[in-house]
Amino acid sequence: MSRPFALPDLGEGLTEAEIVAVLVREGDVIAEDAPLLEVETDKAQVEIPSPMGGRVEKIHVSPGQTVKVGTVLVTFADDGASAQPAGAAGDAAQRKPTAAPPRRAAPGQSSPAPAEPSAAPRPSAGPAPAAGPVAATPATRRLARELGVALPGVRGTGPGGRIVDDDVRAAAARAGQPTAVAPAERAKPAAPAAPAKPLAGVGLEPPPLPRFEQWGPVERTPLSHLRRTIAERMTLSATLIPHVTHFDRADITDLDAIITRNLEAARAQGVTLTLTGFLLKATALALRSHPQFNASLDPAAGEMILKRYYHVGVAVATERGLIVPVLRDVDRKPVLEVARELGALAQRVREGKATLDDLRGGTFTITNIGALGGTAAIPIINYPEVAILGVARARQEPVVRQGQIVPRLILPLTLTFDHRIADGADGARLATDIVQRLEAPERLLWEW
Amino acid sequence: MVMGDLVDEVDVAVLGGGPGGYSAAFRCGDLGLETVVIDTTGRLGGACLYEGCIPSKALLHVAAVLSEAGRAKEFGVDFGEPRISLDPLRKWKQERVVGKLARGLASVARGKHVEVVGGRGVFEDSTTLRIEGGDALRKIRFKHAIVATGSRASALPGVTLVSDRLMDSTAALELPDIPERLLVIGGGYIGLEMGTVYATLGSQVTLVEMTDGLLPGVDRDLVQPLQRRIEKLFTAVHLKTKVTALREAGGAIEADWEGQSTQRFDRVLIAVGRRAQSGGLGLEATRVRLAARTGFVQVDDRCRTDDPHIYAVGDVTGEPMLAHRAMRQGKVAAEAIAGQPSAFDNVAIPAVVFTDPEIAWCGLSEAQAKAQGIEPKVSKFQWAASGRAATIGRSDGLTKLVADAQSGRVVGVGIVGPGAGELIAEATLAVETAALVEDVAATIHAHPTLSETFMEAAENLLG
Repeated sequence: MSRPFALPDLGEGLTEAEIVAVLVREGDVIAEDAPLLEVETDKAQVEIPSPMGGRVEKIHVSPGQTVKVGTVLVTFADDGASAQPAGAAGDAAQRKPTAAPPRRAAPGQSSPAPAEPSAAPRPSAGPAPAAGPVAATPATRRLARELGVALPGVRGTGPGGRIVDDDVRAAAARAGQPTAVAPAERAKPAAPAAPAKPLAGVGLEPPPLPRFEQWGPVERTPLSHLRRTIAERMTLSATLIPHVTHFDRADITDLDAIITRNLEAARAQGVTLTLTGFLLKATALALRSHPQFNASLDPAAGEMILKRYYHVGVAVATERGLIVPVLRDVDRKPVLEVARELGALAQRVREGKATLDDLRGGTFTITNIGALGGTAAIPIINYPEVAILGVARARQEPVVRQGQIVPRLILPLTLTFDHRIADGADGARLATDIVQRLEAPERLLWEW
Repeated sequence: MVMGDLVDEVDVAVLGGGPGGYSAAFRCGDLGLETVVIDTTGRLGGACLYEGCIPSKALLHVAAVLSEAGRAKEFGVDFGEPRISLDPLRKWKQERVVGKLARGLASVARGKHVEVVGGRGVFEDSTTLRIEGGDALRKIRFKHAIVATGSRASALPGVTLVSDRLMDSTAALELPDIPERLLVIGGGYIGLEMGTVYATLGSQVTLVEMTDGLLPGVDRDLVQPLQRRIEKLFTAVHLKTKVTALREAGGAIEADWEGQSTQRFDRVLIAVGRRAQSGGLGLEATRVRLAARTGFVQVDDRCRTDDPHIYAVGDVTGEPMLAHRAMRQGKVAAEAIAGQPSAFDNVAIPAVVFTDPEIAWCGLSEAQAKAQGIEPKVSKFQWAASGRAATIGRSDGLTKLVADAQSGRVVGVGIVGPGAGELIAEATLAVETAALVEDVAATIHAHPTLSETFMEAAENLLG
């Protein structure tokens, strides 16, 4: 019996991925954990290692294709070769060993990215598929293909374990997928190149666009995968969450002096001290005192989910678009360690080598638009988080101190949060807490 | 498409106008794709309509009428000896049956704006077909092509004799005459169907089959009632026998096989299987992959080949070589090209042998079920207990149901008896829709009909 391997749940609202490269060929005998495919999600380009050893019987996807969670990617043959890793098979003509399959570097990558073993999303253990053909009517099977659900993993609730439409829809919903495909997408003929696709809606139908051509020439270009995902998630967040923003300013003159004084010493340890590292630390510590901002809202249950871990994401503008790598347990790490990890993470992101684990599990996001200028920005919350800190460029400003005008380095901050979980006063308290920590930087050095 | 251009451009080019090809083309037309069908004959229908399913069934109907009329003596009705006139019979088959259906297909094609081009299509690359031997040399550039070139009769290995007296199924369907002595080589469905036609028309038929039974691969209990009748109808049936030589001598064909002195026949029908027609199409200029030994075009469940522009359906893609499988694949290919989530994932492909009695089956046999890890439960209903079978004087039938003991689902059905080919439709629906044995048993079946035997077989399993 052959064993299908479907695109596993990528977590955190990720429902689809684009196949970048297929690293094995049909007939190949591969070992468990050997690189199988390279996929790009809205968050990263990652290698998916093989969940099992065996002979690749069939490859169901090709580069450029966008596949949903649950789509069968590869089928493994369950023959004698399954226990044997590469090279052991006798009939080598059919079974090319793939101890070292050709690994294609991603565009812009100088060398092949070594896959982090932990980055491998594993298929969640589903119910054991029943023997024989799938018990579902042809119409239900078609629905499953439409929704990208692999039927062998679905438990049927119909008579005799038959899979009915509702089972398929439930499986699709569990995978966080839209339960309906826009008619335009269904009717669209298959084209070799990745075509433009309509964005997933949020229940509101936008009015039709005017014919812009009547006023001048126009050009239409399809959205990139990352752009689409950002568009969809921002629409979701902005539509769903009542945003409220609190403005504040931190005097970081002393902090800046500490950074400058210790730059060389830190560099000797291989760490680049930046303002962002201290921002992360100050924010994580402040969040511990204001846990409702380190949470998610479960409207269906009428509950707030407080997270007892403080993984802070940092929005990074890359050539491909916005990416938010996540630093784990920032509250519990010394600031030097935070700075060290931040440097390594930033490098992985810039080189396109970030793994999925680098990019998920965040509880709060900081976005620093300072490098590009401006005096303030109101970011959109990174759903399903409930708050985001926006930081603009720090400037020398005249400040009155004890009747004297003195030049001080002032950092403008905006705290945007979900009004459903907290009120303006709560937001003001968190912002003040962050500001106070930035203004007393020596405390950041020993608190964790 | 603009006629007269050096290169025509279409959305879909279908190579082959048989059931797979025209089903694909018609569906493409429905979906708004500009479609052209290329067929060497310049018309739609393929082997099925002109030299297969349809003419053979027309002749088998004649055989059934003859056989029923003869049997009417049992009921006290004597029609006397039948007089058979071959010319009107051939004309009826050719014009009233085949011709009528061919005209029907042509008019459907016009209605769906599907163009049919005569000539041989040869791939120049993954998006271009060169049309040879048609009215004019032309090229067709396509976004997608569907290969539906079907199959042809296999030759008998080791036999090089060329003679008018040697027939394949195509020639036999032309009904050149009613030979006094006919040798049929091959005990598969074609040999049995054509042997039945000729034997009923008056030939002395000898059948030679290499394996140890008729219809290799079909459950023996289904074959047995047919075998008993065939042994009565035919002059001789030789199993486990291999023809070693065929010679033309003195206005007849001499045949040798082991353990038998030389026999003389007026005609010989060779029906030892069919092979994919995948050669000579220029597929080597594309990325399409063929199976090494069989030449079958390799496709996935969307009927896609390894070449992203090229799909394939029907006999050329493998077993079972059945027109209705090709037709379903054709629709899948068309819908896949149009971006719909279709797949050829059918669980049950019915198969019918149109002999008397007919044999039909779908889904899994008991052995196949076991091989798939299913614990089978089998129920057999003998038609001797069927009221309807008694009224037509045919109690030699059997309806057999294979169920999954765990889930209670119907996973396979086999039927032998008159009308089995029609009866299998309900069983196919049951298997395809994963019906339970209980669903079948609780569905009202008209009385008295042979369809009740399916319900009875289901009831037996429930106990």
